[in-house]
Parts: sequence; structure tokens; C-alpha cells
Amino acid sequence: MIAAIARLGALVIAGLEDMGRLALFAGRVGVAVVMPPPRVRAFLDEVYKLGVLSLVIIGVSGFAVGMVLGLQGYNTLVRFGATNSLGAVVGLSLIRELGPVLTALLATGRAGSATAAEIGTMVATEQLDGLRMMAVDPVHLVVMPRAVAMVVVMPLLTALFIVLGLAGGWVVGVPLMGVDAGAYMASLESAVDFRDDVLGCGLKAVVFGVLVGLIATFRGYTSEPTSAGVSTATTTTVVVASVSILICDYFITALWGV
Amino acid sequence: MGQSSGRDLAVGCFVLLGLAAIAYLSVTIGGLGSNGPTGLRLVAHFDEIGGLKPRAAVVISGVKVGQVESITLGEDYRARVVLNVDPSLALPVDSTASIMTAGVLGDRYVSLQLGGETEILKDGDAIDFTESAVVLERVLGKIVHNVGGGDDGDSSSGNGKQDESSKEGGE
Repeated sequence: MIAAIARLGALVIAGLEDMGRLALFAGRVGVAVVMPPPRVRAFLDEVYKLGVLSLVIIGVSGFAVGMVLGLQGYNTLVRFGATNSLGAVVGLSLIRELGPVLTALLATGRAGSATAAEIGTMVATEQLDGLRMMAVDPVHLVVMPRAVAMVVVMPLLTALFIVLGLAGGWVVGVPLMGVDAGAYMASLESAVDFRDDVLGCGLKAVVFGVLVGLIATFRGYTSEPTSAGVSTATTTTVVVASVSILICDYFITALWGV
Repeated sequence: MGQSSGRDLAVGCFVLLGLAAIAYLSVTIGGLGSNGPTGLRLVAHFDEIGGLKPRAAVVISGVKVGQVESITLGEDYRARVVLNVDPSLALPVDSTASIMTAGVLGDRYVSLQLGGETEILKDGDAIDFTESAVVLERVLGKIVHNVGGGDDGDSSSGNGKQDESSKEGGE
């Protein structure tokens, strides 16, 4: 009995220590952002890997989600004879919730896991030790560009996801279901407000970018220098980042009403 | 170098595409800066706003000319609604502000009906003539009350009894 309580205590302490280390790590990354040199080359390469290479999955997923929203929304609205509000249903769902959250989850799976595995392999093959030998701070050269790239890329990917989602909803609603094209766009434009909806969506995207960027690099950076360690780092990145995204999403929505 | 510049091009295109998407969402969909010119603030007091919300549209003849800026409870415990409309409008001082509903269950908005005075409303002026929102429950309540009152009137006047008595007399 006492042993069980002690084990629980050890788990809590380990969790708290982990969060403390993540906070310290975030501080180091924050300092590295403002320290010269700016590492533009590494940053651009990361934008390419995290952003450009995620375009296909983000685009296809966004379009598919928009189509499903259009179909489900139409089937519900048609009972009330309110199919002219289809644009508002699709737009608000995408902008307020589904766009930022699904983009962040997809980016976690596509880019976050790759980042963690890459840095974890660098740890396992002692490349980061090599950098330290040459008096190059690995947080500055390896971690910082990846974390910053994730923060920059996330709002861009989210916006593309939403625009393609709106297009998907339009394709199902207007040509397939026969909703008036003008009514779709008009209800969309009148329902979505810049300050309440679009800015809130941007806030979510940036917060999720910070979360995924930090968690992925932190897990990779602190992984055990073994192949099992790399795989654990990749798995925990996806699990921890996904759960934190969903929990943060609730709190952002509850606190700022977006 | 060739591969690197190809990557840079892809990154540039990606960023441009993303920014275009953000701009589209903000300006076209979000309506940033598309509310038309505003700046003429008018105050209107209503007994009942019935679900009117800030940022609701202000229209003249159905054309949007501004939006509701704020709704507060005034000192006289009536709703104080501040409208922000296009300053180029010359609205007569005896114009009327009414709270309307788009459709049966649609959004509330404020409709302005122009008056006939030559003097026009200036920034910060109050609209004296207002028409409150129609609340469905109250209308239903009135109908029920009127129907009930009508029955009372019938029985007191005794029309039915007179008819019966005349019939009896005829027999």
C-alpha cells in the first residue's frame, strides 16, 4: 500500500521535473532566438521540411474535412430549411476549432515526429557532442531553427487548411446539394468576424506551433542515445503534443471565447 | 546551390500562399475593413433590444450603413445603444431607429427610417424616435390576453342569450 503511494509520488515528481526541464529548455530556446548569428539558412531549410513538405497532407485533409462538414451540415440544416446557412456552419467550425486543431495534430504527426526523430538520432550518433566540441551551441544551431520554423509555419498551414476546407464545403454544398452559391458565401462572410474568429484562430495556431515546436525538439534533445531512445522520443512527442494541443484548445476557447 | 535555390523558391511560394490564405480569411471572409466608412456615432434608447448584439448591422432601406458599437444599460434603465454609421450620411433629426429581425428567428439588426426635418444628426446626437424589438413571447401573451378579453365581452353583452330568447319567442 505504502509502496503504491510512493510509486504514485515518484510519478508525480518525475512529471513535475519533466515540466521544469521543458520550461528551462524553452528559456534556452528563447534566449537562442535573440542571440547572434541568426541562422537563416537552417531556418529556411526547416520551413521547407516542416511547411512545404506538409502542404499535401494539410491540403488533402482540409479539403476532405470541409467536404464532410458540408455534407453533415447540409443534412442537419435541411431539416430546418436553413441550408442557406451552410457557409456559416462550415466556416465557423473550420475557423474556430477544426482548422487550428486538426492542422496542429497533422503537423505533429507529420513534422513534429520527424523533428524529434532527427534530433534524437543526432543525440544517438553524438553529432550534438561534436558540435559542443567545436564550441557551437546545439540548441542554437539545431533546436532553435526548428522550433521557430514550427511557430512560423503553423499559422500558414492553418490558413491553407481552412481555405481548402471552405472550398471543400463549397464543392459539396453548391454543385452537389444545390445550395445557392451566393447564399453560401454571404452566410460565410456575415457569420465570420475578424476579431472574434480569425484572430482567435491565429492565436490558437501560434500557441499550437510553440507547443509542437518545443515538445518535439525537447523530446529529441533529451532522448536516450539509443535506437530505443529515439523511438520513445518520437512516440512521446506525438502523444504529449497531441494531448497538450487538445487541452490548450479548451483553455484558449474558455478564456478568450474563440 | 541549384538545389538550395529551388528550395528557397518553394519556401517563398509556400509563405506567399500562406499569407494569401491569411489575407483572404481576414479581409474577405472576416470582413476586416469592409464595414465601410464609420465614424458618425448616434445614441438610441430602447425599452427592449430583444437579443440585439454589438456589431449587428445598421441598415437604411436594407442597405448596410454601419454597425452597433456598444449596448449598455442607461441611467433611466433603458438600453442605450451606440450606433456607428457612415459619416457622409445626412440623417434628419426626426429619423426613427427600429430593431428588426431578419427572418422569423434570424439576427436582430437596427433599421433607420429617415424623417422629414432639414436639420441633420451630428456625431454624438441621440435618436429620439425609437421602436423596440418585438419579443415573440410578449406578442403571444397579448394575443392570448386579447382572445380571453373577447370572450368576456361576448358573454357580458349576452348576444347569444338574446338570439336564443328570440328563437324561443318565434316558436
